[in-house]
Amino acid sequence: MTTDDAGIAHVFREEHGRAVAVLARVFGDLDIAEDAVQEAFTIAVERWPADGTPPSPSGWIITTARRRAIDRLRREANRDDKHAQAALLLEQDEPKEEGPVADDRLRLIFTCCHPALSPAARVALTLRMLGGLTTPEIARAFLVPEPTMAQRLVRAKGKIRAAHIPYRVPRDADLPDRLRGVLAVVYLVFNEGYTASSGADLVRADLCAEAIRLGRLLVELMPDEPEAAGLLALMLLNDSRRSARTSGGDLVLLADQDRALWDREQIAEGQDLVRRCIRRGQPGPYQLQAAIAAVHSDAVTAADTDWRQIVQLYDHLMRLAPSPVAALNRAVAVAEVDGPAAGLTIADGLDLDGFGLFHAIRADLLRRAGRTDDAAQAYERAIDLTENAVEREFLRRRLTELRRR
Amino acid sequence: MTQYVLNVIEPVMEPGFTPPPEFLEPIMRKLAIVNDELQASGQWVFAGGLTGPDATTVVRHQDGETLMTDGPYVEGKEHVGGFTIVDTPDLDAALEWAGRYAEAIGLAIEVRPFRH
Repeated sequence: MTTDDAGIAHVFREEHGRAVAVLARVFGDLDIAEDAVQEAFTIAVERWPADGTPPSPSGWIITTARRRAIDRLRREANRDDKHAQAALLLEQDEPKEEGPVADDRLRLIFTCCHPALSPAARVALTLRMLGGLTTPEIARAFLVPEPTMAQRLVRAKGKIRAAHIPYRVPRDADLPDRLRGVLAVVYLVFNEGYTASSGADLVRADLCAEAIRLGRLLVELMPDEPEAAGLLALMLLNDSRRSARTSGGDLVLLADQDRALWDREQIAEGQDLVRRCIRRGQPGPYQLQAAIAAVHSDAVTAADTDWRQIVQLYDHLMRLAPSPVAALNRAVAVAEVDGPAAGLTIADGLDLDGFGLFHAIRADLLRRAGRTDDAAQAYERAIDLTENAVEREFLRRRLTELRRR
Repeated sequence: MTQYVLNVIEPVMEPGFTPPPEFLEPIMRKLAIVNDELQASGQWVFAGGLTGPDATTVVRHQDGETLMTDGPYVEGKEHVGGFTIVDTPDLDAALEWAGRYAEAIGLAIEVRPFRH
């Protein structure tokens, strides 16, 4: 292992979640845990280059952080800080255990994604605590001013403490609901990276990579949850098309993508996960969406796509988790099998007027059905509703082409 | 253990208006079941229903004088119509009781931890 700054930065990203999770259990407080881990990494940056990386970097970080936290708490406990005294008392109650426990990270995930926190706070906390991203990094990723993001994190941690949001894995009865919440947070991070909701770039690859890393962690921690594997597969299969989705800064639709640019390794991993999920026979929304993505990734050319199978998978998805967006995607698949008019009939019955993609899809179906004027109107509406610059440019191009005819 | 107040957020009604018995009775029945279970759990601390804004007075102290104004501090379409204080191990347990009440009464419940 390297002991330069990049090496330590790597350890930091890999081990931050684990260390914070252990310390949070020991001291019963996220702030104490986070500060102590931060301090331990600062010491690592000073010492490791000279002394060499310890045999177990993770154990070293946890042990050092724990000692620092105890020192700090003792100092503060003398100053009559009730909070510090309580944390110190808690620490003394705990059995001495330096090794990281996988369960601690699981606890941390469920706390960071607690439904009593706002969705934005859940995302920020998860990236900060588990992902080890810095506050400026998270702020940049979500195009929010740094003080706003810092404030969001402080408020979320304050609520966890004041409202006594528990630090534990939910009991079995609540687990399915709460797991859905956790998966939703990770998928939100991925989607924000995959199609940035606003801004100049279509894709923010670092967020996609971070979401996939979190997805792997969930699969590692909850190997018996097929939906966790389904989500990881879905993210991998979508991300495999990243380099093909833009060309010279312009958006390229699935049908027009250069499939040689697709990442075969990610596809193989995603497809393997999908196959293993299906064998369990407990289908869920993420597994089905991953299966749909897997069908696309099987097709050598766009014309080879097995659209009938995709329609069947969407039918299944609509039975399991009906949503207007799933219905819209199903309409696209139906249009491929039965023609644009059949797709339009489905799309026109959907209540998605405020959703840019709805109008973009309608516009495309209308164009293919030969209804040029209606198509132009739908493109204009889609452009109005789309915040991403690359997507907007794509729609403008389509509209210009349509008018030229 | 932490104490939480579960505030029932109900619409402000015209003075003197009471919902008809056929509306209230099934709610009261369901509410009684949750109340009994909460008491039996040992997590019940205190509970009460409150009168409307028409019976409310706001008191202020200003320049050595006590001032009173008729009506609530904030005029609104909703107000706290009643509350239950629970003492539970953590927020999840308090949220669960809140969920039971929300289901029984059909109104939103605001959950707030006590400062300590």
